Amino acid sequence: MTEKELFVQGNEACALGALKAGCTFFAGYPITPSTEIAEIMSNELPKIGGHFIQMEDEIAAVGAIIGASWAGQKVVTATSGPGFSLMQENIGYAVMTETPIVIINMQRGSPSTGQPTRSAQADMMQCRWGSHGDYETIALAPSSVQECFDYTIKAFNLAEKYRCPVFVMADEIVGHMREKITIPENIPITPRQMPEKTENYLPYDAPENGTTPMPSFGQGYNIHVTGLTHDKRGYPSTDDDQTHTQLVTRLCNKITKNTEEIVEIESQYIDDAQTIVLSYGIPSRSALTAVKQARQQGLKVGYIKLKTVWPFPAQQLQQLSKNAKRIIVPELNLGQVYLEVDRVLGKQAKVELIPKIGGALHTPKEILDKILEE
Amino acid sequence: MIYINENLCKGCFICVDCCPVGVYTPSKQINQKGVHVPVPQTDKCIKCKLCTLMCPDQVISVEDD
Amino acid sequence: MTEHEHRFMKYLRKERLPHIFCPGCGDGIVLNTIFNAIEMSNTDFDNISMVSGIGCSSRIPGYVKCDSLHTTHGRALAFATGLKTANPKQDVIVVTGDGDATSIGGNHLIHAARRNIDLTVICINNDIYGMTGGQISPTSPKGSYATTAPYGSTDKPFNIAEIAKAAGASYVAKYTTAQPVQISMAIKAGLENKGFSFIEVVAQCPTYYGRKNKIRSPVEMINWLKENTVTLEQAKTMTDEELAGKIITGEYINKPRKEFTEALEDITRQISEVNPDTNINSAYRSE
Repeated sequence: MTEKELFVQGNEACALGALKAGCTFFAGYPITPSTEIAEIMSNELPKIGGHFIQMEDEIAAVGAIIGASWAGQKVVTATSGPGFSLMQENIGYAVMTETPIVIINMQRGSPSTGQPTRSAQADMMQCRWGSHGDYETIALAPSSVQECFDYTIKAFNLAEKYRCPVFVMADEIVGHMREKITIPENIPITPRQMPEKTENYLPYDAPENGTTPMPSFGQGYNIHVTGLTHDKRGYPSTDDDQTHTQLVTRLCNKITKNTEEIVEIESQYIDDAQTIVLSYGIPSRSALTAVKQARQQGLKVGYIKLKTVWPFPAQQLQQLSKNAKRIIVPELNLGQVYLEVDRVLGKQAKVELIPKIGGALHTPKEILDKILEE
Repeated sequence: MIYINENLCKGCFICVDCCPVGVYTPSKQINQKGVHVPVPQTDKCIKCKLCTLMCPDQVISVEDD
Repeated sequence: MTEHEHRFMKYLRKERLPHIFCPGCGDGIVLNTIFNAIEMSNTDFDNISMVSGIGCSSRIPGYVKCDSLHTTHGRALAFATGLKTANPKQDVIVVTGDGDATSIGGNHLIHAARRNIDLTVICINNDIYGMTGGQISPTSPKGSYATTAPYGSTDKPFNIAEIAKAAGASYVAKYTTAQPVQISMAIKAGLENKGFSFIEVVAQCPTYYGRKNKIRSPVEMINWLKENTVTLEQAKTMTDEELAGKIITGEYINKPRKEFTEALEDITRQISEVNPDTNINSAYRSE
């Protein structure tokens, strides 16, 4: 096996990444601008003995992938804003039952049906808070076709490791853009961790801040999986304060206490930076160009790209930007992750938003102008 | 023999009603759980075992002698 | 005590008993008929997985000593579709209720039936929302009372069995909890049918339906079910007025047709026969 180069769309790269990560099951519902992923999966999965189902809606799509995940398969669905809204119910179920699933969201202009064919980063807070209750998620934000491939694989690996839903929060631009990608020779793939069969098996007897190996249905464990608050046996225990507190705290801690291990941040020109442009996803490409232009003008401007948006890398960002006076956040929305940046860095620097909606990406000039404003 | 698991009985009397030969009568006294449990008159039983299907709480065991 | 236990105790998670069902609830009767049907058919109990949604009836799988997936409200069939498709070797039984299957989950019901996916669905229809305290349901008879229908229901109720049949289920039967042998036979037929099998069981809810509609005891409710039961054969000669409020029981359809997961497997087989090397992973192989 050698390295391989392909010229593909972001949507295609996501599908290729999923297949490379060992995905054998896709259930979904058509929605612009993510539909190509479903189309490719419908074409490819039967060839490898996997399964594709076009479900009746996005609620059912997430239900079906959770069911298939409990049958021992690596699973994915793809959608965009309106579909993502419908998925929230069963995303909560996956969180509560610790079911590994991957959801790719090619974000588009919204609210409601909004702008089906235009780009946005409008669902960043929804992927953090969209389902009811206290929970933590993992979200990755690709800014290129290569990253669509890489992050989708990473999403599968994280889903298996932490037994939770993982989101690839891409957008219409990256989904429909064509670029050259490199398929590396060796890609680390995290397999499903299965339990060793024992007599007194407890499916939810997890270590502090961690999770347990996950059995499949049909293996003889006779497990009960429920979205109700459950004890270590998996049985409903809805009236006990302790059980609920312990379960929900652990579900959050298994993500937040492992933030350092989960998150990836890219930074450039950071050491002497007085101003930092902090971005994620597609605007980070304009941001990097703007930062380079500012540097050419002799300005001490740095660049931070969040590859992982959730869990939010608060400590890492505080460390990276400890000398900065200004943080500029360009986002394809009216201010979502900006709020989190302000919460985390607002005490040490002035955090400024460059909002943009309507479908077009920030130009480097728009970001440079903001840098020069001062 | 007919065995009654008093622990599981909720006192619905479906067994009393469904038995085609009237094997069961409710106990006069309530048990520890506050339930009038069925008292079987074993010699009447024709072993159709309808009660074991109709009892919602898996209380009754009818065994061939 | 083990030797004198109820005959189906061996299939139950004993440590969880008694179950949460109210005294005289029909759900416990249906639980018996499921085990009875499994024993009557050639189904291996160890190969069974159960899936349910939300509601009283959906608590059943939690008491059965098998792999069980207690899902979100109305979505049991969506989860079951994924579970079954991903591992078609399992026998998947879905337990649902009237609210779960026909109100919030109505769309999933018609699509699972349309696909003819090999699931055995047992829908316990008690004409009311029990878990939430007695609200009106899509199957509540016209004029019946519920906590959210204090002046009586104004709507025409669903006949769920007819819906499942119309949507494409290959086996559909409907009985009441007063007919445990017929239910057992129907579930057995459902387990043996390779396709979407839908068994509707009209059941008593003495706690809510009974209390709201002045049929107070479980025994009275079962007798009420018996009095209102007509067979499909009898129904043929009855007028709409005569059929109002009646429970039409029997086998609605038993017409096997191509099953969903088999159809998917056929595609896989065809594709591999045409070009067995056309595998997505070949994209990463060196030429």
